[in-house]
Amino acid sequence: MTFKTVLLGATAAAAFATGAMAQDDKTKVGFIYVGPVGDLGWSYQHDQGRQAIEAEYGDQVETVFVESVPEGPDAERVLTQMALQGAELIFATSFGFMESVMNTAQKFPEVKFEHATGYQRADNVSTYSARFYEGRAVQGLIAGEMTESNVIGYIGSYPIPEVIRGINAAYIQAKKVNPEVEFRVVWAYTWFDPAKEAEAAKALIDAGADVILQHTDSTAPQAAAQEAGDVITFGQASDMLDYAPKPRVSSIIDNWNQYYVDRVGAVIDGSWQSEDTWDGIDSGMVEIGEITDAVPEDVKQAALELKDKISAGEVHPFTGPINKQDGSAWLAEGETADDGTLLGMNFYVEGIKGDIPQ
Amino acid sequence: MIRLERRPEPSRAWTLATPFVAVALTMVAGGLMFAMLGKDPVEAIRTIFWDPLFGDFASYSRPQLLVKAGPLILIAIGLSLGFRAGIWNIGAEGQYILGAIFAAATGLAIYPAESWIVFPAMIVAGALGGILWAMIPALLKVRFGTNEVLVSLMLVYVAEALLASMSLGLLRNPEGMGFPGSRNLAQYPSAANLDLIPGTGMHWGVALALIAVIVGQVVMTRHQLGFRVRLAGQSPRAAVFGGVNPGWLIVVCMGISGGLAGLAGMFEVAGPAGRLSIDFNVGYGFTAIIVAFLGRLNPIGILLAGLLMALTYIGGELAQLQMNLPLAAIQMFQGMLLFFLLAIDLMTNFSFRFGRRATA
Amino acid sequence: MSNIDPILLLSAIIVVATPILLAAIGELVVERAGVLNLGVEGMMITGAVCGFIVATLTGSPWLGFAGAALGGALLSMIFGILTQLFLSNQVATGLALTLFGLGLSALLGQGYIGVKGPSVPDVYLPILRDIPVLGPILFRHDIIVYLALAIVLGVWVFLERSRAGRVLRAVGENHDAAHALGYKVVRVRLMAIAFGGACAGLGGAYLSLVRVPQWTEGMTAGAGWIALAIVVFASWRPGRLVLGAWLFGGATALQLALQAAGGVQIPIEYLQMAPYLATILVLVILRAGRAPGSLGRSFHASS
Repeated sequence: MTFKTVLLGATAAAAFATGAMAQDDKTKVGFIYVGPVGDLGWSYQHDQGRQAIEAEYGDQVETVFVESVPEGPDAERVLTQMALQGAELIFATSFGFMESVMNTAQKFPEVKFEHATGYQRADNVSTYSARFYEGRAVQGLIAGEMTESNVIGYIGSYPIPEVIRGINAAYIQAKKVNPEVEFRVVWAYTWFDPAKEAEAAKALIDAGADVILQHTDSTAPQAAAQEAGDVITFGQASDMLDYAPKPRVSSIIDNWNQYYVDRVGAVIDGSWQSEDTWDGIDSGMVEIGEITDAVPEDVKQAALELKDKISAGEVHPFTGPINKQDGSAWLAEGETADDGTLLGMNFYVEGIKGDIPQ
Repeated sequence: MIRLERRPEPSRAWTLATPFVAVALTMVAGGLMFAMLGKDPVEAIRTIFWDPLFGDFASYSRPQLLVKAGPLILIAIGLSLGFRAGIWNIGAEGQYILGAIFAAATGLAIYPAESWIVFPAMIVAGALGGILWAMIPALLKVRFGTNEVLVSLMLVYVAEALLASMSLGLLRNPEGMGFPGSRNLAQYPSAANLDLIPGTGMHWGVALALIAVIVGQVVMTRHQLGFRVRLAGQSPRAAVFGGVNPGWLIVVCMGISGGLAGLAGMFEVAGPAGRLSIDFNVGYGFTAIIVAFLGRLNPIGILLAGLLMALTYIGGELAQLQMNLPLAAIQMFQGMLLFFLLAIDLMTNFSFRFGRRATA
Repeated sequence: MSNIDPILLLSAIIVVATPILLAAIGELVVERAGVLNLGVEGMMITGAVCGFIVATLTGSPWLGFAGAALGGALLSMIFGILTQLFLSNQVATGLALTLFGLGLSALLGQGYIGVKGPSVPDVYLPILRDIPVLGPILFRHDIIVYLALAIVLGVWVFLERSRAGRVLRAVGENHDAAHALGYKVVRVRLMAIAFGGACAGLGGAYLSLVRVPQWTEGMTAGAGWIALAIVVFASWRPGRLVLGAWLFGGATALQLALQAAGGVQIPIEYLQMAPYLATILVLVILRAGRAPGSLGRSFHASS
């Protein structure tokens, strides 16, 4: 251990020496992505944020990125190389990078790290995430109002808290406006496989669903819905406006731009501190894409009202009384969920059928 | 008219020279591609081939070469044995996953008790996991004549589903806030596969890979098994007459390749990766097939091929980082390098002759 | 179970199987000629991007499919030249081709991310589509579904009934004997490889132009590997290839349908494994036939 620390200390020192000479006063910002920047989903939206930084600060910053980095030793190596090359701020944009970020941050106390969707922090490690469930609640309202078959299909990737939270948030609102509503969840067990997503959508439509919500990033389910005819969908990650006004009636857009610009600004002016950011609709991190005319005016108004109330903090999507799936009490009347429970959510709320695979 | 003529003996000179010729040709072709993308070709090639070895931060990246090459070499050595005998295990990725699952399960079952027995137990479990997974295609082939290519490949996807299930369920870290993935074994002293000499990247798995190279070389050249493997590869019928039981050979070759792949998974999950997660496997089992053939199924060749592949991965990351080259260009560059290496191999076994042949 | 409509399920299976079937029928011809090309995934993804680019530029999905076939065939020629003229190892060259194809497609497609391509209309088969049960299952698909089946039929006729097909099989069974009979082994194999590339390209374009339809990096997501497995499953026979593709597609569609129907007690991870286990199981029952005799071996005339 000691030898390693010494060795790394030496290389780190070299990094600062050469880095300082080479880069003048440009602030170097690194990004590591878990997928290709061309995935038009998760990694693509983070890269939009990187480009927003370049647009905002121009010559003051230099951004670098490495795409399709697998979790584990590869991620740690890329992070270390970035730090060695003089990056002052590094965004690690996937949950699976958590341990790599913590290890690297320990080796480079002067470098600042931002880890997306994680929960471990340090003096030089911030975490940030978006309250996508706020957007899911708005979608749930539209879905509950619009469905005629009362069957709503939901395509999940893997049964992780992030996805389960979204299902619950959507269900609660849908149930509120339409007590007859039923959710059917299909787990695709993949982060990215457009063909399988299309099949999942088709299976849900064949099973009677006339609204499809998706927690996977490709447009394949949109195309399947369009082909089927009378089915509505919501864009995910990006706006997917190509499928508006129908089947795509609205969308949740990941918008990291402002956060990234702010955090880089904080590094430049020296005010950066380790923080835990979990922003939603109010900060613009979660954007609700335009609600199209395929949605009746009164439903659209109700959805926008819910959005505004969530944004203003008047409504929390998880407000009691809510029971867990097994009927046990979770939130009492008027009580709102705490972030800790939400972050690690691994149960369905009462009324959703089926088991969470685990 | 230019003709190819088979050399009576593979040319020693060309055997040594071909890798260098291939790398030189790749530099030219790859350089052209980088230039077309608007990047400085000389700088790009220096970044990929030179910087990881001798650049400013080579003291960090050189050990990383071993970390990256270790599992590739270990798996490829096992595969090469079967490939020589005409047994096509292309499911090493699945055996790698099973080795990791078995090893992690063993370690986590004992957690948090500290004992010297934990690490050896995990090694045994890891090898066992890989062997068991490889025995499915092996025994199906022996008993029913089922094609091992299909079975071993399909079992990769089954293993991936199992991995996801384990990460989300049985082996999930109870203190992980509900997120998928196991506890970190690298932080569990009895189970951790750390560098033998700190800072060198030389963990147990890399050490075993090097041992496997030596043992592989001895087995192939000196041992009865190597003889049988070569005989079966050249002529299955002659092998049967020579007293080789084909079923036995299938089980042994699949067992060895599965066991080594399982061990690679074990050392990875206990060391560099640290924990089991949905995306634990990163394709080592498939890349190792390329490594095995690039090394001409020869242990020393595999060692060098594994290091070369690792170099292009790490150099490729640096090129992305320093020059904003897209990953796609790196993948094409790797593809070109392989193409040239494979094509130039021709010179080892053939020579060019000018003029017409007298007889057909 | 009662919630699943068997007619809709069977209809879905045919569609799910199409890209795999297209890629697999091409590879079947390649392997029958004695060549093992493991680069199917790379050719598929290259076909996907070429098809999308051509279709977007010209506005015609049909030209897109032609472009995809051409793109796949051109890429396969790298493999063809290396393995047939430079006698490189086929397994390694095929794997390298996949790596190369993934990179190439990503570079080519850089300007087309997020673009919506032209749509492919379903063929309208007047009377046929209204036949009860069979109509919805068989006669309400897009034209590529029928094209894929037509190609399979054509390959069967070619291999079993034509002289050229006999030559191709002879080359695959024993290239030295075929050479002695005066057949042009290398030329036959190069043509087979190009055909395989073109079919894989069509399979990829089916994803980027019909199923998804959009260009995103890595969108074939392993379909090429499944196609390779299906060829083995089929024992190199076109008829069984359709069976294999439908079996695999069927298990995939069924497991999603079971999830969508709700109330199923089977753990999802086992459902995920089902298509792969079903393929293994059926192969064990059916027994695999023998591979072409010269499969994967390099051929050199003077040897």
